[in-house]
Amino acid sequence: MSRPAASEPYGSVPRKEDPRFVRGKGTFVDDVTLPGMLHGAMLRSPVAHARIVSIDIAAAQAHPSVEAVITGEMLAGRGLAWMPTLSGDVQAVLATDKVRFQGQEVAFVVARDRYSARDALELISVEYEPLPAVVDASRALDAGAALIRDDLPGRADNRIFDWEAGDREATDDVFAAAQVVVGCDMLYPRSHPAPLETCGAVAEVDQLTGRLTIWCTTQAPHAHRTLYALVTGLPEHKIRVISPDVGGGFGNKVPIYPGYLCAIVGSIITGKPVKWMEDRSENLMSTSFARDYHMHGEIAATRDGKILGLRAKVLADHGAFNGAAQPTKFPAGFFHIFTGSYDLRAAHCEVTGVYTNKAPGGVAYSCSFRITEAVYLVERMVDLLARELGADPAELRMQNLLRPEQFPYTCPTGWVYDSGDYPRALRTALDIAGYAELRREQAAKRDRGEYMGIGISFFTEGVGAGPRKHMDILGLGMADGADLRVHPTGKAVLSVSCQTQGQGHETTFAQIVAAELGLSPDDVEVVHGDTDRTPFGLGTYGSRSTAVSGAAAAVVARKVRDRARLVAAAMMEVSPDDLEWAGGTWRVKGDPEHARGIGEIAMAAHSGLDLPEGVEGHLDAATVYNPPNLTFPFGAYICVTDVDPGTGVVSVRRFVAVDDCGVRINPMIVEGQIHGGLADGVGMALMQAITFDSDGNCLAGSFMDYLLPTAVECPSWELGTTVTPSPHHPIGAKGVGESATVGSPAAVVNSVLDALAPFGVRHADMPLTPASVWRAIQGRPLRADWPAD
Amino acid sequence: MRITVNVNGTEYSRVIEPRLLLIHFIRDDLGLTGSHWGCDTSNCGACIVWLDEQPVKSCTVLAPMADGRRILTVEGLARGGRLDPVQQGFARCHGLQCGFCTPGMMLTARWLLDHNPDPTEAQIREAISGQLCRCTGYENIVRSVRWAADHEAAVSADTAGQAGGTRARPR
Amino acid sequence: MQVPAYVEYERATSVDHALTLLARFGPEARILAGGHSLIPMMKLRLAQPETLVDINDLDDLSYLTVTDGELRIGAMTRHAQLLDSALAGEHFAILHDAERVIADPVVRLWGTVGGSLCQADPSEDLSAAFAALKAVMVIQNLEGSRTVPARDFHTGPYETVVAPGELLTQIRIPIVPGGGSAYEKVGRRAGDWPIGAAGAAIWLDGDTVARAGVGLTAVGAEHFCSAPAEDFLCGAPATPQTFARAGQIAAEHCRPVSDQRGPADYKRHLAGELTTRALLRALARVRAHAPAAAD
Repeated sequence: MSRPAASEPYGSVPRKEDPRFVRGKGTFVDDVTLPGMLHGAMLRSPVAHARIVSIDIAAAQAHPSVEAVITGEMLAGRGLAWMPTLSGDVQAVLATDKVRFQGQEVAFVVARDRYSARDALELISVEYEPLPAVVDASRALDAGAALIRDDLPGRADNRIFDWEAGDREATDDVFAAAQVVVGCDMLYPRSHPAPLETCGAVAEVDQLTGRLTIWCTTQAPHAHRTLYALVTGLPEHKIRVISPDVGGGFGNKVPIYPGYLCAIVGSIITGKPVKWMEDRSENLMSTSFARDYHMHGEIAATRDGKILGLRAKVLADHGAFNGAAQPTKFPAGFFHIFTGSYDLRAAHCEVTGVYTNKAPGGVAYSCSFRITEAVYLVERMVDLLARELGADPAELRMQNLLRPEQFPYTCPTGWVYDSGDYPRALRTALDIAGYAELRREQAAKRDRGEYMGIGISFFTEGVGAGPRKHMDILGLGMADGADLRVHPTGKAVLSVSCQTQGQGHETTFAQIVAAELGLSPDDVEVVHGDTDRTPFGLGTYGSRSTAVSGAAAAVVARKVRDRARLVAAAMMEVSPDDLEWAGGTWRVKGDPEHARGIGEIAMAAHSGLDLPEGVEGHLDAATVYNPPNLTFPFGAYICVTDVDPGTGVVSVRRFVAVDDCGVRINPMIVEGQIHGGLADGVGMALMQAITFDSDGNCLAGSFMDYLLPTAVECPSWELGTTVTPSPHHPIGAKGVGESATVGSPAAVVNSVLDALAPFGVRHADMPLTPASVWRAIQGRPLRADWPAD
Repeated sequence: MRITVNVNGTEYSRVIEPRLLLIHFIRDDLGLTGSHWGCDTSNCGACIVWLDEQPVKSCTVLAPMADGRRILTVEGLARGGRLDPVQQGFARCHGLQCGFCTPGMMLTARWLLDHNPDPTEAQIREAISGQLCRCTGYENIVRSVRWAADHEAAVSADTAGQAGGTRARPR
Repeated sequence: MQVPAYVEYERATSVDHALTLLARFGPEARILAGGHSLIPMMKLRLAQPETLVDINDLDDLSYLTVTDGELRIGAMTRHAQLLDSALAGEHFAILHDAERVIADPVVRLWGTVGGSLCQADPSEDLSAAFAALKAVMVIQNLEGSRTVPARDFHTGPYETVVAPGELLTQIRIPIVPGGGSAYEKVGRRAGDWPIGAAGAAIWLDGDTVARAGVGLTAVGAEHFCSAPAEDFLCGAPATPQTFARAGQIAAEHCRPVSDQRGPADYKRHLAGELTTRALLRALARVRAHAPAAAD
C-alpha cells in the first residue's frame, strides 16, 4: 500500500476547470434559478447587545410581494431557534431573547424578488433594550462584566474554556535558569477571509417527497448534510447538499449559517424554492471571522543564541457564540505548534477563550487551525530575541532550526514532525533574496536616512487533519472517502468528498489517478460537491484535500490497479505473480510484448471473461482514508519593505517564498496557491482588520474599510522549492493551501519592524497602517483593535 | 419603464424598475450569469462589464442608464467560437483559481490591451488596481495579460500589410 | 449586494432639459452623472432621492479648453479624461497628481469631476486641488448662471451651494504663467480615500514666493484650504525651511477627526508633512519649466 509515487503525469497540466470559467459558464450558487424561486433577506441587529422587547412583522407580511416572514419565536415553535455550532456550543438561528452582536440575525423575509425582500426588511420594527456591550476581550472576565450567554444554564461569566499544552513546570525551570528572557505582548487582530463570493444557499424542500435539496456555498457538503439532519429532523437520506462552483472559501464557508436554515424553513413554509444570498456587509459582520488572539509570548535562550524554551499566554476572543471550527479535542486548534521549527527544551502555552459581543467564528482564513497565530508568535519572538542579542535574524534561525537528522522530532507540546530539511530551505531563500547584499544596501540607506527592512519567517505547519481517533468535528471522524469506477471503455470517474473552491481538484486529483493507472488526466473525471454522488468526508479546509482526499484517491486507484492485475492475469492466462506494473500496464515480467493497459483490462473486467475465485467483476473500488498522522509542510519566507517615516507608508518591494509541501502534483497549481496566500500576508500585515468601537459597532463592514490588497500592493512573488516527501502520504504530498497565509504575515511585520529599528521601535501590532507605523515611530503605538484612538 | 439594451450583439427589451442595478439586469433578467457581484461599495470589480466600449462596475450603474447603449459581458468575449487571447492567456497562465473575479479581470485586461498593446507589469497592476482577487495573489493574472499582449502581437504580425495601424475591435 | 429604494428616472437631453426636470420634480430630485458617488449612497439607503435626472447624454458638458486665460473644465468631464488631458497637465500638474490617486482606473472612466465635487465628501481630492488653484465654479439654473469661488462652494460635509434646481456646469481655473503645482496623498491602500492629502500651487518672483495656494482634504481644513499657510508663504523665500514652516501652519489650522483611517494627531501631522512635500514638488516644477536664462 505504500509504494513510492508514480513519477509521470504529475506536472503543470492546464486545468480542467478553466474552460467554463473563462467563458463565464461557472455555476455559482447565485447563478442557480429554479421555477417559482423566492428570495430571502435577513433582518439584523443594529446593536451589539440588547434585549428584544418586541418584534412587529405585520407591515412586512402585508407587503404585496412578501410570502413569509420568519422570526425566532416561530422557529422556536419548531425547535429550530438554536442550532449547534462546530465547537459544541449553540448559536441562535434567529434571536429570541437577546441579540448578542451587531449584525446578528433577527428575522427573515421571503419575497418574490430580492428587491422587495430588501424593502420589506424596513417594514419590520424591532424594539431593543440596549445592554452594556463587552467589546474588549481583556475586560470580558472582569467582575461585573455583562453576561453574554445567559441562555446557557448555569453560566456565570463570559469564560468559554481554559486549555493548556506542554510542561508548565519544566518550562518554568528553563526560564528561571535562562541567561536571556524576552517577552512581548502581541495581537493577531480579528480578520476575515472575505472570499469574493459571499455565502448563500438555494433551498428546495419537495412537498411531495419530503426531499431537501440545498445548493450552498459550503466547503464541507457531507458534514452539512449530517448537521441538517440532526438539526431539522429531516431524514438524512432525503437531504442532498450540492456545493457547485464556489467563489473562494478560505474557511469562511465551513460553518452552517442561520441564513441557510432560514432558507430551508422558508421553503418548507412557502412550498417553493428559496434563495438567500448575503451581501458583503453581512458576510463581514456575521460570518466566521478569523484570529483575534491576544498573546503574550516569552522566549528563553542562552547568550550565544541557543533557544531553550517558549511560553505563551493567550486570550482568545471567540465572539458571542463559540462557532470555531476545529477538531473537538483542540479548543485552541493546533496553536500548541507554536514551538515552531526549532529545537527546544521546553514549552508551555495556555489559552483562555472568552465570549464578547461580536460575531462568532475564530477558525477560518487559512489558519490551519490556529497555526497562523502560532507561527506569527514564534517568528516575532525569534526576531525580538535576535534584536535583544544583537544577532542577525537569519543566523539565529539557522543556529536553532531542527536538523534533518532529528526527524521524526517530538516537540515539547507533543507534535511529531515527521520530515524536513529546514536549513536547506532557509539557505535557498537567503540565496534567492541575496540576503547579504540586502543587508549592505540597508546599511547604506540608513546612513542616508532611508529605511528599508528585511524580515524572515520560517514556519512548520501540521495539516491534513487527521487521524480519526484524535480528530473529529462534532463527533464526525476526519477520515474521507473516495470511490473510483473505470468504465468499460477505460474512462474513469473519481468521486471524492472534498470540495474545491478554486484549488484545482478537478485537475490534480485526475492527475493522481492518472499517474496510478497509466491513464491521461483527460480520461479521469473528478466528481465532487454533491452529496448524492460522492462518499462521505469532512470537506476542504485546513489544507487537508491533498493530504487526505488526495491520499484516498491514490489508495483507491491502487486498489483498482490491484484488481486490474487479477483481471489482466486472467486475460493473459498467467499467474498474477508473473505480472509487473510498468509503463502504465500490467505486463509479464521480462516479456514486454505481453502487456495490458487499464483500458483493455476495463473492457475485459466487464465482459464474459472467466474471473478467478473471489474476484468480482468490473473495475471499481472504494476506500476510506484515515490519515495516520498530520503532514508537515514548511517554508522559509523573506520580505523586503521600504518605509517612509514621514508618512508611515510601507511598500513591499520583494517577497521570496521557499515552500516544501512534499511531492508536487501540479507545480503550477501549487505556486498559484502560494501566490494567493502571500497576498494574505501583505493584507494582514498592512491593512486588514475587523475593528469595533467601544459600543460594539463594527467599523469594517464593507470593503471601503475592510481593506484587501490589490495588485498594486503586491510585489511579483519570487518562489523557490525544496521537496522532502511526506513519509506516510501515499504519494509523498503534504498539502499547501494555507502555507503562505500561515508563513507570510510574520515576514512582512518583521520586515517593517526591522526598518523601524533605528527609531527604537521594538514591536507594533498588525495591521501596520501608515497611522500605526507613524505612531510607533513617535513612541505612542496605536492599539490595533482601536484604530481611532 | 422599458429599456432596450444591446448585449453582446443582441438587442434585449425589458420592462424594469428604474432602481434595478445593471448587474442584476444582466444576471437575473437576461440570465447572463458570467458577470458576478462581490461587494456593496464598488470596490471589488467582480461585476465589471463594458458599457459603450468602456469597463464599468455594473453594480454602480442603474439599468436605465444603459438604455440605448451597448454592453459587452464575458459571454461576448469569444468570437466565432474562438476564445479571445485574454481568455486563452488566463487559461494558459493559471490566471484564475475559483473563477469569480475572472470575468471582470478579463474585461479590464481586454480594454487595457486595446488601448495599450504592450503594457508593462506596473501598468497591468495599475489597470486592475480597482479589482480584488482572493485566490491568485495577482501574479498569474499579470502573466496572463502579458501572454495575451505577446500573442496578439504575433497574430497582428501575420496580418501585417493587410490592415495598417491598431486593429480596432469591431463590436 | 445591497440595493436602492424605489426611485423614478428621467434622462435629460440638454442642460435646459435637465434644469426643467429638476424644477418639475423639486428638491427630492437628484442629478445622476457617473453615479459612482450617488449610487453607492443609494444602495446603502443613505440617499433616497425620489427622482434621478440622468445627464450622461450631455456631451456638451464634457470638455477641457483654454478660453480667456482660463482652463475651463466641463462638469461632466470624466476623471479619466482630466487625467489624460495634456492641456490640463501642462498648466496644472496638480490635477494629474490628484486624478492619478482618485478611486481606481475603472471608476475614473465613469465618475465625473462635477459629480465628485457635488458629492462634497470631506475627503474628496479634487475639492482640495481646485481650492489650491483658486478655481471658480459655474452654476446654472433656469434663470441663468452664476459663479462661485471654489473656496465658497462647499458649505459642510456633503453640502454645497448648488441649490435644488441648479446644475454645476463648469470649473474655471485662471492660468497664470510660471507656476508649478503638485498634490500629495496618503491612503491606506491604492484607491482608498485619503487619510490626508495636500495640494500646492506656487508662483515665484525671483526666489520669493509671489503667489501660493494650499489645498487640504480629509483633515477638517475649512474650505479645503489653508489661508494662514498661504499668507505666510507670500513674500517668503522659496526654501525648504519656508515650506516646512508653511506645513506646520497648515497643520495647526486644521481640525482632523479620529476615525478608522487614523487618529487625529496623525492626520494633523500628515497635513503638515504633505503640504511641505507638495510645496517642494511644486517648486521643482516651477524651476523645471523656468527659462534657462534664470541662471
